[in-house]
Amino acid sequence: VSTVNPPVVCPVPPSDYPHVLLAHGGGGRLTRRLIDEVFRPAFGNPLLDRQHDGAVLPASPHRLAFSADSFVVRPLFFPGGDIGTLAVNGTVNDLAMCGARPLYLSASFVIEEGLPFEKLRRVVASMTRAAAAAGVQVVTGDTKVVDRGKGDGLYLSTAGVGAIEHDLPIGPAAVRPGDAVILSGDVGRHGMAVMAVREGLAFETPIESDCAPLAGPVLALLAAGVEVRCLRDATRGGLAAVLVEIAETAGVRVHVGEAAIPVAGPVRGACEVLGIDPLHVACEGRFVAFVPADQARRAVDVLRAHPVSARACRIGEVEPGPDGLVTMTSSVGTRRVIDLPAGELLPRIC
Amino acid sequence: MKHVDEYRDAAATATLAKAISRTVTRPWTVMEVCGGQTHAIVKYALDELLPGVVTLVHGPGCPVCVTPVELIDRAVALADRPAVTLCSFGDMLRVPGTRHDLLAAKAAGGDVRVVYSPLDAVRLAADNPARHVVFFAVGFETTAPTTAMAAFRARRLGLTNFSLLSSHVLVPPAIGAILSAPGNRVQGFLAAGHVCTVMGYEEYVPLAAKYRVPIVVTGFEPVDILRGILACVRQLEDGRVEVENEYSRSVIREGNRPAREMIREVFRVVDRQWRGLGTIPRSGLGLADGYAAFDAERRFPLATVSADEPAECIAGLVLRGAKKPHECPAFGTRCTPERPLGAPMVSSEGACAAYHRYRRLRPAATR
Repeated sequence: VSTVNPPVVCPVPPSDYPHVLLAHGGGGRLTRRLIDEVFRPAFGNPLLDRQHDGAVLPASPHRLAFSADSFVVRPLFFPGGDIGTLAVNGTVNDLAMCGARPLYLSASFVIEEGLPFEKLRRVVASMTRAAAAAGVQVVTGDTKVVDRGKGDGLYLSTAGVGAIEHDLPIGPAAVRPGDAVILSGDVGRHGMAVMAVREGLAFETPIESDCAPLAGPVLALLAAGVEVRCLRDATRGGLAAVLVEIAETAGVRVHVGEAAIPVAGPVRGACEVLGIDPLHVACEGRFVAFVPADQARRAVDVLRAHPVSARACRIGEVEPGPDGLVTMTSSVGTRRVIDLPAGELLPRIC
Repeated sequence: MKHVDEYRDAAATATLAKAISRTVTRPWTVMEVCGGQTHAIVKYALDELLPGVVTLVHGPGCPVCVTPVELIDRAVALADRPAVTLCSFGDMLRVPGTRHDLLAAKAAGGDVRVVYSPLDAVRLAADNPARHVVFFAVGFETTAPTTAMAAFRARRLGLTNFSLLSSHVLVPPAIGAILSAPGNRVQGFLAAGHVCTVMGYEEYVPLAAKYRVPIVVTGFEPVDILRGILACVRQLEDGRVEVENEYSRSVIREGNRPAREMIREVFRVVDRQWRGLGTIPRSGLGLADGYAAFDAERRFPLATVSADEPAECIAGLVLRGAKKPHECPAFGTRCTPERPLGAPMVSSEGACAAYHRYRRLRPAATR
């Protein structure tokens, strides 16, 4: 077995077939070629290259965070990303929200028979780029091929491990009345970008997904000594769901100002047309941070120095509970409750 | 955002609220007809900006809410047929029928699809000649033209595998029913701006005269709604009963002529049962004889089963404006958007859903 890293690009066709066949998941010669010609060249690293049943990781002196996520987005490709970027950033961000430095990922592919290799290679290339940007290594994985018609081209599942290099008990239980609520940027881009492609909606300004790794800004907050109480990325259910979950778990009330929450013009316009509340729309590169009020300004400054959180701002504060409600001062100055979206808003967007 | 922000402006809203306070000298009860207006009122807590003597009651203008259980049961029965693809708007899928809702029919193997336009259902029929596509058409006059256009296009394409289960309803007969009901307390109406965009507002003139009520064509943003209320209470204070248009950026007196002609081409006016209000004469749209081939009720005759509403649900009282959603003993406990007893808790225009979504903050203080 060669231990030399193969070239990063993949000049060789993965097989003589233009499409993935059931046999590519059968464990035989074609499976081996798929791994050797598509996955290993892309993800190649010493841990993966041992070609063992699992990755053997060095022991860490720190507490570890461990998270898993699955991705069933339709369409596979959308403005600003694809299922590959989502799969890497999704798990990277879940680790980051634990206050961890993401280190290792697994990647499992459930491929529908007939998927063009060209698409698979594009997804894998996106994963390689996203992993490099987030500073993680893909160290183990799996491939299955299902019958044509039994999957939407490609499902991905990733899991990841990260190191927690501090002693803060980050989580809803640490949230206290008086804390400031900080949002890392404008909301709703990912959900509306996918929705626009799915529904064939054309807007004057195309909406691009906000899919991005969030470990950088989170680690910067921690490095700056901000006593982060709680972090949560605003994925399914959008900002509203995140705030409600934290308020309910922490037994506090969270109050935000509508005017303080940035929503890009095209996203607002699309939401108006479709009758969707932007606060319910998923993001894939935005998070909220609960921090002590006297550190809010510093936290915003630190976040703004990072490109993915350049529009970070304070959107509200924590009030005494215990009702677990999220309230908002509307644009006309009245207060209302923010609720979880009922049922499926945008199916299959991540 | 242009054309939106100026109608959600805090200063303009405050100015209008002050003008309403200065105008009223006595208690008045005003009904907003449309569920979209109800949602805006509750979302922005506009009633809290009003003087206490002005009471807003919520009307029957949620098409999903007023669709009778029998018709939902019919849609479910159609969805259970192996050769049928049943299409509707998303909200309809979660409205409980006698046994179950359309989502349950879908989970049990029925081919149920959410579409954004009836024309998508026509395309589905054209692309799948082996399946019969039924569009469960729900809505007021606002959506009737697109439903009509679907039938019109299906006929032009010569489709034999497309039909409509029509539950279209009309606003003016419902206003008449509310005003002639014993114990009515509504003294003025905010008419639904989008219905009037299609239909105009000439048909409201005889209603205003007959029942001696002001009717103000009103939009859906906070500033629009307060303008409508101001015009309405001015009339009430002056003793005038007129039809006024406070949504002139969208509505003209005669409405949208091509849209009205399309409705006239495809539909005929029929008696219709409303959930909570009972049967109202000449209050619905059924398919005209020239489009009988596209009428799902004629294509798939189904025995009418009498359906019972959950005894605890007060949807009828809510839809008539006789009760507020939070006055229901099941509100927020045995009836929630996840497990609704009645349609107003399901629909995005339902009054109960609006109260549940925006107003659990202060159930006791809700007016």
